[in-house]
Amino acid sequence: MSIDWTEDQLQMRESARALSARFDGPYWRRCDQEGRFPQEFWDACAEAGFLGVMIPEQYGGSGLGLTEACLILQEIAASQAGMDGSSAVHLSVFGMNPVVKHGTEEQKQKYLSRSADGQLHVSFAVTEPEAGTDTPRIKTYAERTAGGYRISGRKVFITKAQEAERILLLARTLPYDQVEKKTMGMSLFLVPTDRGHIEMRDIPRMGRNAVDTNELFIDGLEVSAEDLVGEEHRGFYHLLDGLNPERILIAGEALGIGLGAVERAAQYARDRVVFGRPIGANQGIQMPLADVYAELKAAELLVYHAAWLYDHGQSCGAEANMAKLRASEAGWRAVDIAFQTFGGYGYAREYDIERFYRQIRMTRIAPISNEMVKNFIGEHVLGLPKSY
Amino acid sequence: MKIAVLVKQVPDTATRIALAADGASIQTSGIKWVLNPYDEFAIEEALKLRDAHTGEVVLVSFGPDRVEETIRQGLAMGADRAIWVKEEPSGSAEMDYLGRAQVLVAALAQEAEWDLVLVGKQAVDDDAAQTGPLVAALLNWPQAMVVLGLEVDARARRLKVIRELEGATERVELPMPAVLGAQRGLNVPRYPTLPNIMKAKRKEVRQVALADLGLDAASLADDRRVVVEGYQLPPPRPEPKVLTGDPAEAAAELVQLLHREAQIL
Repeated sequence: MSIDWTEDQLQMRESARALSARFDGPYWRRCDQEGRFPQEFWDACAEAGFLGVMIPEQYGGSGLGLTEACLILQEIAASQAGMDGSSAVHLSVFGMNPVVKHGTEEQKQKYLSRSADGQLHVSFAVTEPEAGTDTPRIKTYAERTAGGYRISGRKVFITKAQEAERILLLARTLPYDQVEKKTMGMSLFLVPTDRGHIEMRDIPRMGRNAVDTNELFIDGLEVSAEDLVGEEHRGFYHLLDGLNPERILIAGEALGIGLGAVERAAQYARDRVVFGRPIGANQGIQMPLADVYAELKAAELLVYHAAWLYDHGQSCGAEANMAKLRASEAGWRAVDIAFQTFGGYGYAREYDIERFYRQIRMTRIAPISNEMVKNFIGEHVLGLPKSY
Repeated sequence: MKIAVLVKQVPDTATRIALAADGASIQTSGIKWVLNPYDEFAIEEALKLRDAHTGEVVLVSFGPDRVEETIRQGLAMGADRAIWVKEEPSGSAEMDYLGRAQVLVAALAQEAEWDLVLVGKQAVDDDAAQTGPLVAALLNWPQAMVVLGLEVDARARRLKVIRELEGATERVELPMPAVLGAQRGLNVPRYPTLPNIMKAKRKEVRQVALADLGLDAASLADDRRVVVEGYQLPPPRPEPKVLTGDPAEAAAELVQLLHREAQIL
């Protein structure tokens, strides 16, 4: 088994690196501190074709795979952008996947090329205050009207809703207690962000403040029948197609942040002289860095193996989950070790490491907690009894 | 407009260079090769002109197998096609700047109606800054190097060029065709977009052997005027002098040192 990058893939990675390098630490610190969307970075990504990486060529994208998307997001995350940058583009890179796979020709024409060229921002709304990982218990309901549906309910942790023109939203179209199979009776809609019927509150949070994450209060939102994506009542299954890619991409981003942090810490450890020699000469500094680097490289193999499986149409549930588990844990440890290497300066915002420290924590709980990932591995890979 | 951009592959500036055993060349194993950064400005300018005036941008490069990667990078930026004069491992003496310029000019001479030849004002490996002026001389065309600004009057076939001088700029006008050497600041080179990276694969890279140009490496090398006798790595930086002890005494000593040793006071 070998991971042999093609010339194209190497060039895409180089291109992502070069683009990201034009946005420096102060730029991203400002975005984080002011809660400002990185519009300039977004425009550059659109121009470079990153947003449409997975959108088919006939709809204005590049029709590439998850592997390429992951390489790009990893490089963005490894730059000074971290998740302030990768989260900004993450949803465009993979969010339209259900439309690509299950959308009507009309929806594809209408939305895909605008998404690829950066005009259309999309958001993704599944989670609710009373239904996290237990998705079938969502309460948001879409009732049939003459021309379509009327949607009401609450959503939480909805990233980038403030920028979004459309939100890919999951709602019940049959009540929970009226369906035998609980995963049935939910439908996926590409709803307009109608501020008259959707109230948004940005949730004050620990980090990654360049991109908003919101609570949504939806009250009588009118949606046309053309905005239903895929089959009515089968929305949960359409959504499932996107869960594995999302995990793999988050894993790639965690990997990027970790590798970027180790690289900066190693540079600092070579340059910073205390007691007459570089601090990197001390094993207490050097060995943890070597250790986390090896952990990250191990996780990298899992991530790209999972991406390869996905791109080759093979089942990748176990691999996607394990990649996300290992990459987020390795990334988290790497940032922590890098922080330690920087000593007191790590605590100063100017050194950016605290910004990555606040970001990387999220990858251990989102888009799913690592505990639930372990449950999945225990139950579905090892054949153990369900533990929750 | 039909524009040629002469491109060179060079070691990445972050590469740690080691000398080869002969002391007159560098070890090429383990080097990360990149497109000469000044050539990126040249390509960008050519692309801008093509987009404004229509026409085509052709990359021309002379180098061994590894050069193809660099050519593809230029094509991924948006150049239309490339001519690659393949350099075979010679085992004999290296040709000099003039020999290499003759190769590039012979490659250009295979086609007609060039409006402009753009080069990086120098390559960051040997910093010789010879290719542009030599190619212009061999073509008997006017040239302007260290170009910071360019305006093209396609109808009158005139160029208005801003050149960088030490602490000043110079404005010159010259007729087309001409050879221009791009300086940092001329533009901001674009990075390859995903669609262009994928299109680059399908673009034509025409391989040309020296024999096809009526040239051979041995005689070009025999005719060389410049011989590299040896390279030396810069000397390691001397240990800094650290003054310790009482601040008042250290300050006094520092003033003395700045006066006597550094001679800046």
